Amino acid sequence: MTAIWTIAGYGLREALRRKVFVVVCFLTVAFLALYWLGAHYAFNHVGNVEPPAGVDARTFAGAFLFGMAMFGTLFLGVVLAIFLTLGTVRGDAERALLQPLVVRPVGRSTLLVARFFGAAAVCVPYVLLLYFASMLLTGLEGSWWPDRIVTPGVELAGGVLIVAALSLLGSVFLSSIANGIAIFMIFGAGLVAGLLGNIGHVLNSPGLIHAAKIAAWAIPFEALYQDALRAITEKTSGLTGFLLRLGPFGGAEQGGVGLRLWAVAYIVLVGAVAVAGFARRDL
Amino acid sequence: MSAALAVSGLVKRYGAVEALGGVDLEVRESELVGLLGPNGAGKSTLVKIACGLVRPTTGRAEVCGARAGSREARAALGYLAELFRFPGWMTAEELLELHQRLAGSDGGERERVDLLELVGLQDARRRPVEAMSKGMQQRLGIAQALVGSPRLLLLDEPTSALDPVGRRTVRTLLEELQRRGVSVLLNSHLLSEIELVCDRVVILLAGRVVAAGTPTELARPRGVEIETNEGKRTYPEVGRDDLPRLVAELVRDGKSVYGARLLTSTLEDVYVEAVSGETS
Repeated sequence: MTAIWTIAGYGLREALRRKVFVVVCFLTVAFLALYWLGAHYAFNHVGNVEPPAGVDARTFAGAFLFGMAMFGTLFLGVVLAIFLTLGTVRGDAERALLQPLVVRPVGRSTLLVARFFGAAAVCVPYVLLLYFASMLLTGLEGSWWPDRIVTPGVELAGGVLIVAALSLLGSVFLSSIANGIAIFMIFGAGLVAGLLGNIGHVLNSPGLIHAAKIAAWAIPFEALYQDALRAITEKTSGLTGFLLRLGPFGGAEQGGVGLRLWAVAYIVLVGAVAVAGFARRDL
Repeated sequence: MSAALAVSGLVKRYGAVEALGGVDLEVRESELVGLLGPNGAGKSTLVKIACGLVRPTTGRAEVCGARAGSREARAALGYLAELFRFPGWMTAEELLELHQRLAGSDGGERERVDLLELVGLQDARRRPVEAMSKGMQQRLGIAQALVGSPRLLLLDEPTSALDPVGRRTVRTLLEELQRRGVSVLLNSHLLSEIELVCDRVVILLAGRVVAAGTPTELARPRGVEIETNEGKRTYPEVGRDDLPRLVAELVRDGKSVYGARLLTSTLEDVYVEAVSGETS
């Protein structure tokens, strides 16, 4: 256990010394400032908008804006997770940084687990912080609060952890650049799956909806994101609820307990494949 | 007591390429063994198998009685790779502390100070790696390999970036380690260095051991050289036992003998002969 904390701490210190956190903090403040500005103007104009019958303009604006902030939160969390993990094995081995660590009496599996915990220790608080900050800004500006407060944030953090696990797995087999590109493409594929679901709902196409659902579960960070979107307007009904479930950036879909269990199992599975691959790898 | 490193029938193939073709090698307790061979001979592969970075295709490698690559084996060794890098943002002190934790060493600050002194980096304790010269980084690498007082030290080209003074420091260090009972497998291209410090030498070529023994065993007689009033002359067929007779004959023939020297092949001669002049 000491070795896990030592290596996780090593990863965190590296991020700190390399000024990763300074850049992240700067960009996050910029993101939140822009979001606050957008929310401020949007809610100021909501009173002047004549919405279609059955649509609550304030709820729609609040949920839509916050949904976008959730996407931003997921995206920034994913970027952070990928950059913290993309070179863990092959990248570090090619730079000859890994070998001195691996020859120590610390198992390779310990090293991978530690790097995952290190990434999680950064990404999870970051995602939760950003999520709650956006929620606070939305609530204070528009007097709108999501139906579920904590669950969506936890699901977003879970989605980011899945991406971190995939990135660690990729790092066993791919060079840093190839891994980074691959994971971003998988992330993009997840978003496309969500958009396909949107289109499927609008066209009422069961085939498209089914395909989107399979894709979302195959890469469950997308399913978690969709479930988080659903949770923020869980009690919103009528036309407003229907419109909100269509977007943004992927439709809101119920995942439930099954999804959460699958997400945990998915991380364990991906981790197991990464450990097995790393154990067989010549360095 | 088991050998510090015991390798038998070791084979490593990378696809169609055979890096090691059945190597047998032993490094005994407190022994300093030099590993020589041209580029691509399999020296680094052998060292990497010994420290668990590479898995052998077939054969057996044991470190202090434990299977190479196992936790016990890794706990017993220190390793400096030929190509290595430490995080540039870390100071020498932090790097050693990290390796102390990973190695489970309880040496604390005393061990860090001692190791840095041993490699002549006592004044660079708080200097980041990125602010060190290549030679300083190599010496730090040696200090890192010594964390936790390993019983076997695997050094892959440890002096490649060092100046002559730095090389002498490492030589002195190796002799000191030997006195302390540490076994060393030293992989180097510097024949003079190997000849000076190693108890035994193993020469690899194309993944196979082509020569092994003490430097004295490997050296072959190459005649005698005698300096007379007519100049220096070499007698390749004359051995040590024949020297007094030869000198007596020369004196009898009226020549003044100023000196006589037995000629033996240097390690360089042995090496070039063993690898048939191959360079890579």
